[in-house]
Amino acid sequence: MALLEIENLQKSFRTPDGRILPVVDVPGFRLNAGELVALSGPSGTGKTTFLHLIAGILAGDSGRITLDGQDMATLSEAGRDRIRARVIGYIFQTFNLLQGFTCLENVLLGMSFGPGADPVRARSLLNRVGLSDRLDYYPRQLSTGQQQRVAVARALANRPKLVLADEPTGNLDPANAAQALALIRELCAEEGSALLLVSHDPSVLAAFPRRESLAILNQASRKGGGL
Amino acid sequence: MTLLLLVRRSLRQHLLSTVVTALSLAMAGGLLMSVWVVKRQARATFTGQTGAWDAVLGARGAKLQLVLNALFHLEASPGNVAFADFQTLSSNRAVALAIPIAVGDNYLGYRIVGTLTNLFTEAEAAPGRRFRLVGGGRWFEDGYREAVVGSFVAQRLGLKPGDTFKPYHGLNFNPKEQHEDEYVITGVLEPSNTPADRVLWIPLAGLQNMSGHAAATASDVSAVLVKLRSAVAGQQLDMLYNKQGDRLTFAWPLGTVLAQLFDKMGWFDQVLELVAYLVALVAAGSVLASIYNSLSARRRDLAILRALGARRSTVFASIILEAASIAALGMVLAWGLYAVILGAVAAVIRAQTGVVLDPWAWDPVLVIAPLALVVLGALAGVLPAIKAYGNPVAENLAPES
Repeated sequence: MALLEIENLQKSFRTPDGRILPVVDVPGFRLNAGELVALSGPSGTGKTTFLHLIAGILAGDSGRITLDGQDMATLSEAGRDRIRARVIGYIFQTFNLLQGFTCLENVLLGMSFGPGADPVRARSLLNRVGLSDRLDYYPRQLSTGQQQRVAVARALANRPKLVLADEPTGNLDPANAAQALALIRELCAEEGSALLLVSHDPSVLAAFPRRESLAILNQASRKGGGL
Repeated sequence: MTLLLLVRRSLRQHLLSTVVTALSLAMAGGLLMSVWVVKRQARATFTGQTGAWDAVLGARGAKLQLVLNALFHLEASPGNVAFADFQTLSSNRAVALAIPIAVGDNYLGYRIVGTLTNLFTEAEAAPGRRFRLVGGGRWFEDGYREAVVGSFVAQRLGLKPGDTFKPYHGLNFNPKEQHEDEYVITGVLEPSNTPADRVLWIPLAGLQNMSGHAAATASDVSAVLVKLRSAVAGQQLDMLYNKQGDRLTFAWPLGTVLAQLFDKMGWFDQVLELVAYLVALVAAGSVLASIYNSLSARRRDLAILRALGARRSTVFASIILEAASIAALGMVLAWGLYAVILGAVAAVIRAQTGVVLDPWAWDPVLVIAPLALVVLGALAGVLPAIKAYGNPVAENLAPES
């Protein structure tokens, strides 16, 4: 059974001049448990919107998203919050660490909305990403590569079934990008989490055996086809 | 735990506005508690001072002025009472004890009151409390130029048994009006926290016959302090002096007479209370403005929390708790401010009247007012909390790719 199944998902936005702009129009998409998939597409093709729709941060105009056996459209907002807290780990391009909290607290806070804060696991994860000596540092005291590693630890803290990674290497230099990518893949493999990573970087995409193009997914829809 | 962590960090991140807002709430809380406690304690304490006496007989005039003059040693005497009137009253079977007092002189601004020694030996300084002298010393002898000094006066002027002083004429100190008569201090009263602490007591005859006083009124007294045998006796004497007679005033019951004082000051209490309420409202407004303004800078943090799985209700509650925490911090400071204000007010009231307020005495308002202000602070957080509740997550996360 697929961990994530998408059918006829559509999302459009109204532009400032009043036009309706279709952004996501995916007739079908499946992701199995533990599978690692890279999703490509140039800027502005709706990759982030696609991830937000899967995470329940945005609601689609139509279509169905089934995640971990639950139809996201039928869940209440609190239900979608619960899915985000327990089933999904989210890694952002700009890390989105809370600046007023230390590395350890950022990870603990991510856990607290899910199964509960577990300081032992939080320390272990930060140790795993090579930050055992930075537990009490604030994000501003870390390099960008280190900040991304904290974000990775936070995303994996609740043992999510699905990790969504939005351009996770977009703000990193090539060396740090390679390290971060390897770390994300390793950790997902260790935790048994599926990974849906979006990127426009060919070197990142090349690291994945399964690659999808959001532009092609959308075009398939417009042609009446699907996956 | 999560909520507390969120609130603690938010307060720390906005430390300056947190402290300034808490201080404004502290001012409101401190003022509210002080106004309330001073009003209540002053009323209770002033009324309690009369407990040793039931009534005061004096010249025809306002009862309040008579009581303030005779018991609190404030205001001018409304006039004199003939000694024969005192004798008539003291022989009345309804009267348990009658003590005459005479005023009209001072020593360095502190009142000198002439009386009889049985004020100290038969009357009480306060209900259930006798007059006592601090170690050594003795009561003055009627007919001698001797004095017993109240504890507050002795402390302020450094007087002790064996010291001498020459009174000044009038109730207010004028260095040009010193009498020739010299008095020897025979004792210092134990502090009684009553107006008696602020007085230099001398024999009645001493004051009546002070050099320079009018010989024609030498036997008159300023007022007579009265202890009655029963409440019925008070009604009888009220009828006798106030309704049937027209020369004298019988101030009874003292609690009712003193209540007039506080009724007259009621408008002042109301103004102070109004000021305190306005300060509270302004402070609550500053809580609202402070958090509301900070939300612009926190929209991304709130969106991140929601993206991590925080519920809207968690975000809402964290803002309310933050507002309540600022108010609670303010209330901790408010208790300190209250102690300072009440300490200062108590010192002034004690210096002016001898009546002692206790800043540490328990009063329900010390809990009710802070609680009310914490609730007000929490309510001030509702509008920002609603804004945070509706904060769109996707719009406030990282730029879209």
